[in-house]
Amino acid sequence: MAAPSTHLTSARPAQSFWQRVRAGDEVAFGITFLAAFTILFVTGLLVWQLWINSGLPRQKFGWSFFVTQTWDPVAEQYGALPFIYGTLVTSALALIIAIPLGIGAAIFLAEFAPPWLSDALAFLIELLAAVPSVIYGLLGIFILIPILRVIEPYLKSALGWTPLFSGPFYGVSLFSAGVVLSVMIVPFIISISREVIRAVPSDQREAALALGATRWETVWDAVIPYASKGITGSIFLALARSLGETMAVTMVIGNDPKIKASLFAPGYSIAAVIANEFTEATGRMYTEALIELGLVLFALTIVINGAARLLVAGTERNR
Amino acid sequence: MSRVAKWVILAVTMALGVASAQQILINGAGATFPYPMYSKWFDEYHKKFPTLQFNYQSIGSGGGIQQVTQGTVDFGATDGPMTDMQLKDFEAKHGGAPVLHFPTVMGGDVPVYNIPGVSAQLNFTPEALAGIFLGKIAKWNDPAIVMANPGVKLPGNDIVVVHRSDGSGTTYIWVDYLCKVSKEWETKVGRGTSVNWPVGLGGKGNEGVSGQVKQQPNSIGYVELIFARQNKMTFGKVKNAAGVFVEASLASVTADAAGAVKEMPDDFRVSITNSPGKDSYPISSFTWLLVPSKIQDAAKKKAITDFLKWMLVEGQPMATALDYAPLPKAVVAKEQKAIAKIQ
Repeated sequence: MAAPSTHLTSARPAQSFWQRVRAGDEVAFGITFLAAFTILFVTGLLVWQLWINSGLPRQKFGWSFFVTQTWDPVAEQYGALPFIYGTLVTSALALIIAIPLGIGAAIFLAEFAPPWLSDALAFLIELLAAVPSVIYGLLGIFILIPILRVIEPYLKSALGWTPLFSGPFYGVSLFSAGVVLSVMIVPFIISISREVIRAVPSDQREAALALGATRWETVWDAVIPYASKGITGSIFLALARSLGETMAVTMVIGNDPKIKASLFAPGYSIAAVIANEFTEATGRMYTEALIELGLVLFALTIVINGAARLLVAGTERNR
Repeated sequence: MSRVAKWVILAVTMALGVASAQQILINGAGATFPYPMYSKWFDEYHKKFPTLQFNYQSIGSGGGIQQVTQGTVDFGATDGPMTDMQLKDFEAKHGGAPVLHFPTVMGGDVPVYNIPGVSAQLNFTPEALAGIFLGKIAKWNDPAIVMANPGVKLPGNDIVVVHRSDGSGTTYIWVDYLCKVSKEWETKVGRGTSVNWPVGLGGKGNEGVSGQVKQQPNSIGYVELIFARQNKMTFGKVKNAAGVFVEASLASVTADAAGAVKEMPDDFRVSITNSPGKDSYPISSFTWLLVPSKIQDAAKKKAITDFLKWMLVEGQPMATALDYAPLPKAVVAKEQKAIAKIQ
């Protein structure tokens, strides 16, 4: 990379600052720099505000905030564990369902479907991504949960021996929340993955086909590995959306801050409890405990995204 | 003249024009439960006195208390009275001048349920309600429920409790009642706009609770009386302090407040749940306006006191049309005297 850039600068005579301003270079640099800096500034401001507005509970509970299970606004005892648990379980469940579905659909749309069908479906999928989450919540309550009520006895008779599918099913549950979330995040995976798969150079396919690979072998061995970075990116985006999703989750999760092994049990998520309780939270300790939950969610998102990125970097180095 | 300069002049003249109309704007914020009532009142009052404009944001009781304490609004509104600590906090920020509570209208909570095969209106004793919400009464055919409902065949199914997941004045009234009728509830759970529920699922808002009760067989929940009336839901009767099973209605809610008048403190910070009187519906409550006792701006002071006087006389009859229970006469008289405390 170094050689062509020196070539470029040497080709032009040196310019003064004002010449560069007039030519537009300096202006463009300034504007784009400001845009990038604004993002950084807003993020920093957010963390700072969350930090200074959660001093009371941080002082009182310290690290035990992360491991205690009681959430009692009356006795002013606050622990975040049930909310962290609910957030992680629902997001994990959503990814388990959405990843195979999303990547499968993306491969079909990009590689096998006729172009008119691919474009029409892609348009519909992008529409899905724009549907407000409260609509997904309603969908969950009125369509998904009744369907799950029908499926539930079969799931229980097949998998009831594991603690994951035991206990009574009230419709609203961690399981329902995970399924609703998966429906919400699958459009992100499909539409981004489809684009990156389509962007894979045709040489890649032609080379594999020329070596005698079948259509599927071409896709799986030559196209997908090439597009894997973009696909992983789409999964990160989907994960971020599911971790922070509020409205749809609170409508179907049951809003009960207890940790139970069963996916059929009601649970609670961090974003949901903040949305539910913040408006009526009286007293500084209560408000600040909710703000600390916001801080926890922020940290959780960073940790999970960081860990996932490290994981990806690790597997790519091994290849 | 350039286009920009024209726009600047236009904007400035408009801003000056608005300011010169001498509108008195009074800002308030707080409880969501009385919002329809307040906007009706403020609208009517604005029609009567076009220079007065009340602006009310229904951000929740907690936000109302916070904003009036910080002085960002002229008055607040809440579904649960301020605590002693919050009052002290207010006085500390306002040079020792306290904040005053003015009851405006009343509401109640009703138990709603969905038991397949049972269409009768059920009777609930305080012991049964407390037991169910504590998780101690776990089946519909528990003697505590069966005894109060002779002739109704109740199934032996597990009870599913549904409560509010969002912090709410509705929850405050419900748990305040449970505190009064059950020592165990008071010590184990207590009262607040959100509590640590021993059992049950959380639904967001009245519609969330009623939706879950409708979908989930063998469930019981609680919703605001107004919500139940407007959605034509059937709800249970509750046994009051006099031992009578009473159906919630605007009249029986008002009767509950009337029963509490005798012991009403001068600052109106009182819970009227489970008050005496054979007609009173026990799970009822006031909702309050929070007005600082010292208002610097003379015009604002006059506007607020005049509005309070108007609300107590001409405003009250408008309540029933919007399904709110009006204040009993004795409370109105007591409030009219209290208005003089605003200086």
